[in-house]
Amino acid sequence: MLKDITLGQFFPGFSPVHRLDPRIKLILTVAYVVMLFLANNLVGLAFGILFFLGAYFLARIPLKMMLKGLKPVLPIILFTSVLNMFFITGDPLFSWWVITITRQGVYTAVIMSIRIVCLIAGTSLLTYTTSPISLTDGLERLMGPLKKLRFPVHELAMMMTIALRFIPTLIEETDKIMNAQKARGADMETGSLIDRVKALVPVLIPLFISAFRRADELALAMECRCYRGGEGRTRMKQLHLGSRDLISCAVMALFLAGVILCNLLLPSLL
Amino acid sequence: MEPIIHTENLTFSYPAEEGKEAPPVLRGVSLDIPAGQFLAVLGHNGSGKSTFAKHLNSILLPMGGKAYVDGIDTCDEERVYDIRQRIGMVFQNPDNQIVATVVEEDVAFGLENLGLPPAEIRRRVDESLKAVDMFSYREHAPHRLSGGQKQRVAIAGVIAMRPKVLVLDEPTAMLDPRGRKEVMATLQSLKKEYGITIVLITHYMDEAAQADRVVVMDDGRVLLDGTPYEVFQQVETLKSVGLDVPQATELLHLLQKGGCRLPGHVLPGHVLTAQECADTLLAYWRSLA
Repeated sequence: MLKDITLGQFFPGFSPVHRLDPRIKLILTVAYVVMLFLANNLVGLAFGILFFLGAYFLARIPLKMMLKGLKPVLPIILFTSVLNMFFITGDPLFSWWVITITRQGVYTAVIMSIRIVCLIAGTSLLTYTTSPISLTDGLERLMGPLKKLRFPVHELAMMMTIALRFIPTLIEETDKIMNAQKARGADMETGSLIDRVKALVPVLIPLFISAFRRADELALAMECRCYRGGEGRTRMKQLHLGSRDLISCAVMALFLAGVILCNLLLPSLL
Repeated sequence: MEPIIHTENLTFSYPAEEGKEAPPVLRGVSLDIPAGQFLAVLGHNGSGKSTFAKHLNSILLPMGGKAYVDGIDTCDEERVYDIRQRIGMVFQNPDNQIVATVVEEDVAFGLENLGLPPAEIRRRVDESLKAVDMFSYREHAPHRLSGGQKQRVAIAGVIAMRPKVLVLDEPTAMLDPRGRKEVMATLQSLKKEYGITIVLITHYMDEAAQADRVVVMDDGRVLLDGTPYEVFQQVETLKSVGLDVPQATELLHLLQKGGCRLPGHVLPGHVLTAQECADTLLAYWRSLA
């Protein structure tokens, strides 16, 4: 049952988006988020929609995936829309009893909703098209300069790699322990919430003990393979920036410029 | 020729609880292992065989006596990484020694630690994966492999560092029979192709029978030392320390004990495999007819 869990929804592929340098993808994602928050009118946000639609098309990720990712944030979108609609003052469009809906309110609600949709769709494309390992790799290299400030960049990346490596192993183990406890008559599926949480204790304790034992053995094995921290370490896979990366950065710069132009030329509110 | 591993009267005990005296785990182990030898170390649980292995690459330092690897004293702190590069260690649980999420990245781990240039790492990774016959799995996730395959990946990660000695601490204890066979075949081919020295710690008799030399440890001492034929001849001694002999050997031993005179000068210890056993029995029946 637990084996079906997949972490980080990565869809392997060989599209141009998949093959982008992970560092560039991380930077582009940050730039995209900045762009969304800079845009303060519908034309600017249209650039945002255009950008992620284009990216999904290039990555050959079906839009159905994007809609699925949006489902959990739907309540948040509704909530912010309602709040914006009712509480922003301005020219009333509609008024009944204490409720007044203003033109400005509706406009802000629409802008906010589009912004959130773009935000979720755009950023999930990063995990859809980048494997966890190359994401970790990209992060380590992007944060490289922080090493000078004694920030433990290598250690963090190593921890992430080991965590990713052991998640499936520990999930499998949890499954085994749960079955073992069930075979001894443990009841994990019925009872109140508190009962069920209590029933998890006999699963968690063996899992913790085993995780510590694994950590001990892994540390020993790493030491035997001459591991001594990040210093003097080289990497087999080098990242190279290609023309693809430069082009994508240029496109992003164009979109950003477009959004800023829209902001300057068009009035922010109707 | 200078042996690649030389130990003199090694003694060791783990730190004891307060107020108690620590029982010694090693009580004077002296062994010379010549380069290129396939040595099997046998012993039941607590005989000190794993502790002995950990002395070979400075994971544990001897309390008394000396251990030398390729002429380097294992107590020499400055040369710890020289020693660890010469001695490749493979452990029992394959899950707990694979670091990376992709097979080839894991094989590269040790080489990256040595600070080799990327092109050289790539070359050695491919070569080692081919040597253990796992090249076609290079981009797989380790948790999707079988136990035997994982252990072969672990071996590839170690031999990529070009060690002179491969020390394996019960590498097949957690594997199914098929995985055990895969790992043993890999060891045989590594010995044949690369002439690497192998120290295999095991409690499986049929694995020890494949070695050039067998050392039996009991209670922190070397009890028997010789070729598999010589060692398995000592059926009674082996049984007295809680070890079994290969079933073929045991059968002939019992037959001989029951008064059956084996033809020629065959001794039970000379018969390690089912094939050899069958040949001996056939020869026996022919001699009766």
